Amino acid sequence: MLEGIFVEGLIYALMVLGVFITFRIMNFADLTVDGAFPLGAAIMAASLVGGLGSIWGLVFAFMGGFLAGMTTALIHNKLKIPGLLASILTMTMLYSINIRVLGNRPNVQLLRYEHVLTWVEKSFSGILPRDVVFLVFFFCVVLVVKLLLDLFFRTDMGLTIGAMGNNEQMVISQGVNPDILKLIGIGLSNALVGLSGGFAALYLGYADVGLGQGIIISGLASVMLGELFFRSNRIFVLTFGAVVGSLLYKAIMFFGRYYGYYIGMTPNDLKLISGLLIIFSITITRLQKRQGQKLRRQI
Amino acid sequence: MIELKDITHVFNPNSVDERLALRHINLKVNEGDFITIIGSNGAGKTTLFNIIAGTYTPTSGKIFINGIDVTNDPEYKRARYIGRIFQNPLLGTASNMSLEDNMMICYRKGFKWPVVNLNRNMREFFKKELTRLQMGLEHRMKDNLALFSGGQRQALTLLMMVLSRPALILLDEHTAALDPKNAAKILELTREFIEEYHLTAMMITHNMSYALEYGNRLLMMDEGEIILDISGEEKKKLTVEGLIERFHTLRHKQYEDDRSLLSEK
Repeated sequence: MLEGIFVEGLIYALMVLGVFITFRIMNFADLTVDGAFPLGAAIMAASLVGGLGSIWGLVFAFMGGFLAGMTTALIHNKLKIPGLLASILTMTMLYSINIRVLGNRPNVQLLRYEHVLTWVEKSFSGILPRDVVFLVFFFCVVLVVKLLLDLFFRTDMGLTIGAMGNNEQMVISQGVNPDILKLIGIGLSNALVGLSGGFAALYLGYADVGLGQGIIISGLASVMLGELFFRSNRIFVLTFGAVVGSLLYKAIMFFGRYYGYYIGMTPNDLKLISGLLIIFSITITRLQKRQGQKLRRQI
Repeated sequence: MIELKDITHVFNPNSVDERLALRHINLKVNEGDFITIIGSNGAGKTTLFNIIAGTYTPTSGKIFINGIDVTNDPEYKRARYIGRIFQNPLLGTASNMSLEDNMMICYRKGFKWPVVNLNRNMREFFKKELTRLQMGLEHRMKDNLALFSGGQRQALTLLMMVLSRPALILLDEHTAALDPKNAAKILELTREFIEEYHLTAMMITHNMSYALEYGNRLLMMDEGEIILDISGEEKKKLTVEGLIERFHTLRHKQYEDDRSLLSEK
């Protein structure tokens, strides 16, 4: 049971890392996530149904997410409209596209297909229980993605994307076109979201067009939960915080779902909990900051 | 080296807020010039910089850099050979990143590829450069810039800008937001760097005595025009009183600039 929470938490951690890139590193409010996540799932479903297999499914889910992010960036760059609006446009358009990718159906069952997860399960199921096998597998996936991200944000390009979120004028002054960095950054973010959606479809055994509804809020809540415990200017600490935040969020939601009924809560209240969780995290962060400022003033 | 030909710039054209910011500016900046620019409030000094840097495209006229027409080049393209420092010390650096990250970003201009260049050699090089500022910053390579003072950040911006050896540097009142001690230090550093690397520079200042003390050429602007262009021996002989006097005879009005009057005590 507990392993189940962690597996889901790890799958969603890929999405949370994506949200972390746009919201925290780039300071870009990106809601494309809500469309890119089911897009990844839909592409995975289409790949399995079409006989391409799950590895290609993951590759295409990654690329599909990248394209979705680039669409948002293009709308934002060319039409000069705020990122929030640009991403809502992409998200809305993706809803229709996702249904087309699913073959004009709102959902597709995937239980009868063979894929990476069934292969992993079969190979190791004699040694370890199913959930533990998945736990180890997704732990490795998230670790690799996290390390690659850490490396990327140490490169000149990654550092410059970080600077852009803080001070766009500085990036322009360095002779870099911020539009291109936005294409890459928002693309990369949504590529991770798409990948997360692809894995989620495999793990859940279905792809549904409503899979991504409100997922941006869970992503944000996870990022902020992580920040409660990990604050630093080192990228590897921050990405670690995002992963931990994702696990914490899933755990809180799990306990809300299973033990909430003692206090009269239903699964429908979980969205309310997500929102309150974000408000709570922001409040704590602000209080801590104010405390810090007071201390400094006393010195 | 840089040539402005008949530059006119109008804000909000064809509306009630229409304002003529620059009128038929012709200016030739020679290599090695260190030009100081003074002028009353709203004279068009910053607009002139914005036109040169490419923040605005002029309403009419052309800009040439080394004979190449760059009038329609966007700001980021021109930034590859133009360095600029703003009055606000926060604009030149990224607050939530470490000092070494900031220096890495500014080390070379132009497109950034996904390669890791920040290694031990690079850190040693940055430390060596930082010691020139004599602010002890070389011991704070991992600190976020949010922890640094305005003076330190402006000094850093200056150092990082010089790292890429720009063909022209634009200093837009870059010491105005600092206390007098820091302002003097930054100005001295500016002069040092310009002399050492033979940089071509343009500096806007509100302080007339600075404008006279620094540089080999002085421009005075008023209502979108360059009304005085003095260089060489003639500039050396000029005094603050002489400047105000010349402004008066040229424009038949008082030199109005609240900030410069304050700085004259």
